[in-house]
Amino acid sequence: MSILVIAEHHNGQLAGSTAHVVAAAQAIGGDIDLLVAGEDVAGVAEAAAGLVGVSKVRVADAGVYAHQLAEPVSDLIAGLAGEYSHVLAAASTQGKNVMPRVAALKDVAAISEVLAVESPDTFLRPIYAGNAIATVQSSDALKVLTVRTTAFDAVEATGSATIEAVTAEVDNSLSRFIGEELASSDRPELGSARVVISGGRGMGNGDNFKLLEGIADKLGAAIGASRAAVDAGFVPNDMQVGQTGKIVAPELYIAVGISGAIQHLAGMKDAKVIVAINKDEEAPIFQVADYGLVGDLFEVLPELESKL
Amino acid sequence: MKVLVAVKRVIDYNVKIRVKPDHSDVDLTNVKMAMNPFCEIAVEEAVRLKEKGVASEVVAVTIGPKAAQEQLRTALALGADRAIHIETDDKVESLTAAKLLKRVVDDEQPGLTILGKQSIDTDNNQTGQMLAALAGMGQGTFASEVQVEGDEVRVTREIDGGLQTVSLKLPAVITTDLRLNEPRYAKLPDIMKAKKKPIDVQTPDALGVAVTSSLNVLKVESPAERQGGTKVASVDELVDKLKNEAKVIA
Repeated sequence: MSILVIAEHHNGQLAGSTAHVVAAAQAIGGDIDLLVAGEDVAGVAEAAAGLVGVSKVRVADAGVYAHQLAEPVSDLIAGLAGEYSHVLAAASTQGKNVMPRVAALKDVAAISEVLAVESPDTFLRPIYAGNAIATVQSSDALKVLTVRTTAFDAVEATGSATIEAVTAEVDNSLSRFIGEELASSDRPELGSARVVISGGRGMGNGDNFKLLEGIADKLGAAIGASRAAVDAGFVPNDMQVGQTGKIVAPELYIAVGISGAIQHLAGMKDAKVIVAINKDEEAPIFQVADYGLVGDLFEVLPELESKL
Repeated sequence: MKVLVAVKRVIDYNVKIRVKPDHSDVDLTNVKMAMNPFCEIAVEEAVRLKEKGVASEVVAVTIGPKAAQEQLRTALALGADRAIHIETDDKVESLTAAKLLKRVVDDEQPGLTILGKQSIDTDNNQTGQMLAALAGMGQGTFASEVQVEGDEVRVTREIDGGLQTVSLKLPAVITTDLRLNEPRYAKLPDIMKAKKKPIDVQTPDALGVAVTSSLNVLKVESPAERQGGTKVASVDELVDKLKNEAKVIA
């Protein structure tokens, strides 16, 4: 078997997620190649060559791959895929954008958010926002997977793979890059933050979310919200954690004034440690919380901020 | 310009799911079903494009059993002009769904096809991208803003860490993310009117697409249960436990 891992990179830097995807490839077993597609990516290729377990880094360095738009990148990958039994990428927005397109070009199924590898053709993946885990077996000759990176420990960067250029010719008349607006806030992004603090309907209004900011600054946390808080108009929808929002798995999740509706739990129950602060001691959130504090959040939050 | 919008019937987002005792699947017997939330956003966007005069007609399409017509009626009540039901009781994987939708795209020739980015049952996040590949179109996935400009559509996409804007040649495929819009509720008179709007029923056979799958679900299990329930008495105790027991803060 031979496996192609699609490297993820931003602004000339190899993303940390790639080392986790290589680990998933090792769990499948076989020869592992890595593809770096982009423009001016020699530095990325060099970093990628250090990942343990990778035998060859293939570099497609051309203007058409700048910003890694789905249309040319999936054409490139589909062109190379015939040499491999598996093609893997991180289940990031980039991987999710490109890999299903690759699968359709190759007329095979795609398997999303792989959590574990049972055998080279059998994988575990979450369905219903992680409320059930499906074991799926693929009969396709080519398996196209995206990998949930938090489920695999990263490989070390002490290797030395060979680097070779790919000279495939791909053009793109379908899409053009216009611009990018990356969050400049010091706060981490919800999906990848180590700590997340979320507010629910109990926050009372949008202004009160400021109470979470001081704590978030001290912990380097991202700020989230329950659907109830979003539906009440306190905060915008992109802050929503839950089945209809973002799925997070931070080391520490602090739920403030959140009752713990099923749809919210689905989005955060994979956090390593859950703290719940709620004045209703019967709130279902306490059943999943490692540490529950019954109290008025308007007293608890300032005190917590001062003691961190 | 015609806009095609795909909707899916799924379990209501508020329902707690149960895995069947034989681990073959999730138990959907007598469970409340609804339109997938991301599909609601797709319908809303299509209807807004019509209200702005950008779209001339909104066609809703679904794939699924007879009961999925409920979701088409919802789409019609929200403002779609007519609907297409590809009726099948079989389980339809993303690739097959994309092939069926491709056939509809061939027939209808929409300028834009809008889908939810994923359904909350299978959580695949694949069909839109697959449809775009099969139709040879550009894709604007996880859209938070859509603007049609001449023969192009400008799509702002939610990506890890921020937003990316791309311009796609029409026709194109768009999948919706949460921020794109806030779906309206259907008003009673519109629900009544929707009952008279036409639904064209088709079958995968008639469309020449075999409902097959290369994926075999071996089993479905519940995830490991969390052991929670411990309470702390004060903020001091909480901070102490986080520092010294859980070791998640410094």
